[in-house]
Amino acid sequence: MMGFGIAAVSLAACEAPVKYAIPYLNKPVDVDPSVPNYYASTYASGGDYCSIVVKTREGRPIKIEGNQYSTITQGGTSAEVQASVLSLYDSERLRFPITKDGKEVSWEALDKTVINSLRQSRNLRVISNTLLSPSTKAVIQEFVSTYGGEHIMYDPASSFALTEAHRENFGQAAVPSYDFSRADVIVSFGADFLGTWLSPVEFSKQYSKTRKIGAAKKNMSRHYQFESVMTVTGANADYRSPIRPSEEGMAVTALYNLIAGGNTTSVNTSAQAGNIQYLRKAAADLQKARGRSLVVSSSNDVAVQRMVNAINQALGNYGATIDINTPAYYRQGDDRRMAQFVQEAAKGSIEAVVFYDCNPVYDYAGGMALGKALEENRIRTKISTAQQLDETAVLCDFVAPDHNYLESWNDYEPKRGHFSLSQPVIRPIFNTRQAQESFLLWTSGTASPYLTYLQNRWQSGQFGQQSQIGNFQQFWDTALYTGIFVPGQPLDLTIGAGGRDEQIEGGPSTAQLPAGGAVATTGTRTPAASADTARVASAPVTTAPNALYRGSADSDARLIAGSYKSNPDQLELVMYQKVGLGVGRQANNPWLQELPDPITKATWDNYLSIPIDLATEWGIDGELTEGRSRKARLKVGNSPEIEVPVLIQPGQASGTVGLALGYGRMSAGKVAKGVGVNAYPLLPVVNGVTYYSVQQGVSVELTSDRYSIAQTQTHQTYMGRETILQDATLAEYQVNPKAGRFEPKIATAHGPKDPDSISLWDGHIYPNHHWAMAIDLNSCTGCSACTIACNVENNIPVVGKAEVLNRRDMHWMRIDRYYSSRSAVEGKEDLEKASANPEVTFQPMLCQHCNNAPCETVCPVAATTHSTEGINQMAYSRCIGTRYCANNCPYKVRRFNWFKYHDNEQFAGVNPQMNDELGKMVLNPDVTVRARGIMEKCTFCVQRIQVGKLQAKRDGRRPADGEIVTACASACPTDAITFGDLNDENSRIRQLMESESEGRAYSVLKEIGTRPNVYYLTKIRNKDLEETTA
Amino acid sequence: MHIGAPVREPLVTGGKTIKDVTHDISRHVEATPNPRWLLAMAVSIALLAAGTYAVFRTVWDGIGMWGLNKTVGWAWDITNFVWWVGIGHAGTLISAVLLLFRQKWRTSINRAAEAMTIFAVICAAQFPILHMGRPWLGAYWALPLPNTFGSLWVNFNSPLLWDVFAISTYFTVSLVFWYIGLVPDFATIRDRAKGTISRAVYGALSLGWTGGAKTWQRYETVSLVLAGLATPLVLSVHTIVSFDFATSVIPGWHTTIFPPYFVAGAIFSGFAMVLTLMIITRKVYKLEDYITMSHIELMNIVIIITGSIVGIAYITEFFVAWYSGVEYEQYAFINRATGPYWWAYWSMMTCNVISPQLFWFKKIRTSIVATFILSIVVNIGMWFERFVIIVTSLHRDYLPSSWAMFSPTIYDVGVYLFTFGLFFTLFFLFAKFFPVINMAEVKSVLKSSSSTEQINR
Repeated sequence: MMGFGIAAVSLAACEAPVKYAIPYLNKPVDVDPSVPNYYASTYASGGDYCSIVVKTREGRPIKIEGNQYSTITQGGTSAEVQASVLSLYDSERLRFPITKDGKEVSWEALDKTVINSLRQSRNLRVISNTLLSPSTKAVIQEFVSTYGGEHIMYDPASSFALTEAHRENFGQAAVPSYDFSRADVIVSFGADFLGTWLSPVEFSKQYSKTRKIGAAKKNMSRHYQFESVMTVTGANADYRSPIRPSEEGMAVTALYNLIAGGNTTSVNTSAQAGNIQYLRKAAADLQKARGRSLVVSSSNDVAVQRMVNAINQALGNYGATIDINTPAYYRQGDDRRMAQFVQEAAKGSIEAVVFYDCNPVYDYAGGMALGKALEENRIRTKISTAQQLDETAVLCDFVAPDHNYLESWNDYEPKRGHFSLSQPVIRPIFNTRQAQESFLLWTSGTASPYLTYLQNRWQSGQFGQQSQIGNFQQFWDTALYTGIFVPGQPLDLTIGAGGRDEQIEGGPSTAQLPAGGAVATTGTRTPAASADTARVASAPVTTAPNALYRGSADSDARLIAGSYKSNPDQLELVMYQKVGLGVGRQANNPWLQELPDPITKATWDNYLSIPIDLATEWGIDGELTEGRSRKARLKVGNSPEIEVPVLIQPGQASGTVGLALGYGRMSAGKVAKGVGVNAYPLLPVVNGVTYYSVQQGVSVELTSDRYSIAQTQTHQTYMGRETILQDATLAEYQVNPKAGRFEPKIATAHGPKDPDSISLWDGHIYPNHHWAMAIDLNSCTGCSACTIACNVENNIPVVGKAEVLNRRDMHWMRIDRYYSSRSAVEGKEDLEKASANPEVTFQPMLCQHCNNAPCETVCPVAATTHSTEGINQMAYSRCIGTRYCANNCPYKVRRFNWFKYHDNEQFAGVNPQMNDELGKMVLNPDVTVRARGIMEKCTFCVQRIQVGKLQAKRDGRRPADGEIVTACASACPTDAITFGDLNDENSRIRQLMESESEGRAYSVLKEIGTRPNVYYLTKIRNKDLEETTA
Repeated sequence: MHIGAPVREPLVTGGKTIKDVTHDISRHVEATPNPRWLLAMAVSIALLAAGTYAVFRTVWDGIGMWGLNKTVGWAWDITNFVWWVGIGHAGTLISAVLLLFRQKWRTSINRAAEAMTIFAVICAAQFPILHMGRPWLGAYWALPLPNTFGSLWVNFNSPLLWDVFAISTYFTVSLVFWYIGLVPDFATIRDRAKGTISRAVYGALSLGWTGGAKTWQRYETVSLVLAGLATPLVLSVHTIVSFDFATSVIPGWHTTIFPPYFVAGAIFSGFAMVLTLMIITRKVYKLEDYITMSHIELMNIVIIITGSIVGIAYITEFFVAWYSGVEYEQYAFINRATGPYWWAYWSMMTCNVISPQLFWFKKIRTSIVATFILSIVVNIGMWFERFVIIVTSLHRDYLPSSWAMFSPTIYDVGVYLFTFGLFFTLFFLFAKFFPVINMAEVKSVLKSSSSTEQINR
């Protein structure tokens, strides 16, 4: 009857994988099969910083968690950090040193040739991105002073103006330390501080503290954002005003004038103050919050940054929310020196160059010129330490491949006086060498381990900055254990020999536990949190201007007035970074490529974001739906024309178009190849400074070429469905904690009833644990760290652009992004359209673990069932793949294995972590790699729950609250996700639900009676009542 | 004195004698295949082969070969399943229900209708198996079999499991009923057979039929018992199929009207399919005297009635969506009629509700050409009905973030064609080797309701 079908079936079923289990001959001391080890370390990429804990299994790093000991990132992570573990296992990393033609060369031969040619060369340059490591900088310093030359840092996303303005105004060429947690009013001009600007993990952590509200705290910060493209930060703002890049300078000036009173400067900005929406309001709010406010800008125009400094100075924010005495080193790139280097290189006056962990040919604005100089051999000796044969490395004579950061020793000082260490968590996989050792060897001619160098520096430096420990080795071990050293802050001395047993999956909550180790009572996170809250409340209000300040707002204003001329007829181009891919360093990481952009929900592409009115003008607003797009020809000044698809972006400033950096890699590996277009060559360089917008000479011409952008969400609004998104303004909330709540009732014969009081089912009994989760929509910024954390933890396949276009993305944890509708009028058409500058809400959506789960009743083979702990569980091996459960899931969180995603040539290019031997090392051995034809979904990280329960059982106690944390909750930099046991009276989730069940907590789609175990807390916007829109 | 009702239209025309009946019907079985049959068979087998490739790729590579996605988990697969099951309703209805109601006009069409039922159910059964992610396991894991996996058992709450029971029961009863009906005719062919092979084969198939009075009596009894058994099945099968949707929480599926609405729709489409096939068979085998215009007209009347029932059901759904006050329900129905799949909805409305109303005109319902065209139109409409219910309900359900579109791939089409190939291959084999009209039963009405009898009188 089915002939071939049956034959195919029997053949497909005949897969008998051959598996060998080889025991250790000599078991490594610290490696116990199936027992993970955790090591504190540091992620630093360019100037991006995150203190981390690395989970290793049998010697393989498989997961990265935030380090709660960190004074900076405080246990938060980002999507980039979470994904970085896969970059370690990138099979396209260089496996050995090579020469120009790609031939393998021995380290000895390479060193000999390099030293020889360096000796013969004058004018050595070492090029790098921002280096956060003082020891690395010292190594490079020794290297360049030996051969005579210079170390130049540049940043793909430069903050040169910010550091330069602080040098000019305060004599401190650095980014100051911002403290968003102390700011009651935040005004940002284009700075995407929650997504990509400087230190988003740190800022998200701080920011979220001002956004948390509850019975005890009914106040939150107010956030204004003036920006051109819709960023994650703008999406979180209470008031967002789209402005053109050409308006930014005058907007900042106008704000200064408004704050300083009257026309303090000789530039009249009353037009801007009147025209730019919310600017006056922002000024008024800032004035009320002197010393408790913060104004930031991402502009790379020094005059604008000086003006921002003037505003903060006028508001007395220095010393309060801005600490210039604790400079942060996130961005140290010097645009002017870099520009000069490229000129010199082109002229041929530089004879040797080492590109250390950077790729300027790709990610520097003048990269094309540099690439040409390298290609034409204008520099005699060209060395790269790249881990991959990137765009710069291909043009070098030698590539001396560096270790991955997870294979390296290093120290970091992201902020003055805040040190952290990184340690190798795996033996080097390939014949690579840590670049610092290469530099040391090339300096002295003899090999010396970098670890010794590092320890020597710490012995003479940091060791002396504390008095707790008298023995250096002990000090080193202690610092290494937490990964953190801050002079003046006591070290954790409770760590015994061999370290303290890791009690906690992912380790993050250790820091929450009181010193003295062991797992104490529950609710330990609360004191820490309340301490922070208290600090915010009692923040000293110092409005005294910083005495160091030297600046003239008037001359800056005149400078700005001279250079910012807004012409409404001209199109302006903004280059921005996307959350996840950032500047493109990890472009070959498939997790990041498939991470939906939090705003556009697009994967595997960059595109020209265009405002709605431009789409209307072109007549394509009806056409560009469901991922359909058209290509446009983008021409900027004299640079070559590029073709790029367009995407309608609500909230994009009228008269502007946006294009993300980090795409269009030519030489990054098979994953990144051919994804998007490279926007770096479009960045204008004016007087050596790289700008991230083009205000003149931009032309965009729509072509008839059709294109598809792979979006995981194609419907923009929530259609006025109040049960899904429940939100209110702060003013409403202060009056009524249930403000914005939608409480449906079911009509019955006995009158309207609460949906939860009616059921066909007897309900479940949870005698032991009852796992539940609460997600605070007010804290969630949409940063997507949870999505990647979930990918990593749960071995979720990447399916590639074609399959995302087929709407088959596999993310278990997704973040739904909803825009407010064009109008609240009852009408399907209107509801479907996002307004021109919409309110944005992020809603993390995962399996709701319904107590009355619609999926469970319909499975014919009972492959999905309810556990005695409230978890809706999947027995993969029982699933026959009818997909009935997915159809019947009102939340559409179930994911089907449409194909075999592992060991399948078809997916080898996009899903290397399941297809090549090296990539597979990242897989979590506690989680099954799912077969084709079966359903999968969020499990509440049941493997972590199991580990936590077993650990508690072994210790003869109950699992403590905070000990068992899902991957998403642990990754979240804003603590938006609370996970725990509802049966534990002291658990945070229980306490939260007790206080919020008659407040902000709601279930999505309550009226259908699914009774989820995932609760959401309403989104509260700090808006004035009368300005509330739909 | 003989008092009779006004003379009815004869059920068999052309003054056929009992011998004529035997001859007219048996000759097709005995003759060598004619070129038209060979051509039809070749087309069917080609279709089956092409479809088999699609089936092979689906099973070999995965369900991803189809156009389904994270939001729309069923589309053509279950649409086709329900469609074929629906078609499979007419046979049993005609033979069982009409037998119980003593409708003699059923005798000339019941054989082919039953065969069609069985083949349609076979085609339908492909989809629940092929749509599984792991059919090699699902094909038997979905059955409550004792096993060595421990306490693994099927989930009796699941409507899919009810389907398994409903379809397999229906198939078994229909098959037995059909086969029992074939036995006397097989015996007739056996008795006329000249070749040794055919004599042996038909001899075996006729189970030693002797034609004795006792045999006939038992035959009648069994037919009646089976008809009694099959009748509730006609109602139950599609009722249970509709439970797949009705018991779910998806707006547009979660509807209590589904069971009667599905049954009416099934009869509607089943009759349409019977008409399509009968009109062809009648023409090819020159059976105009057995399948008369009055047969066609009666069936067309059934189509008007069931089509109107379905139409009322469509309207009722809209009314209930509005009356319930449930916004998702309301959106689901407005979206059906005006959303991105409006064309599917309006195809359904046109084909199922509007065009069958043409049968009110006697001229149209007694026109072979019009009937043939409309019977196909009805089946297109019924396919769209299932597509509308399944796809337009799923593609925009509760959370707008997950809303998606479905578009079929060549493999969706291929698997559908596979069932067409299968169906027609089986049907043409049947038409060649089995008597397409129940000779025994036609003979039984020859006396009372044929033109022969009326002439004689």
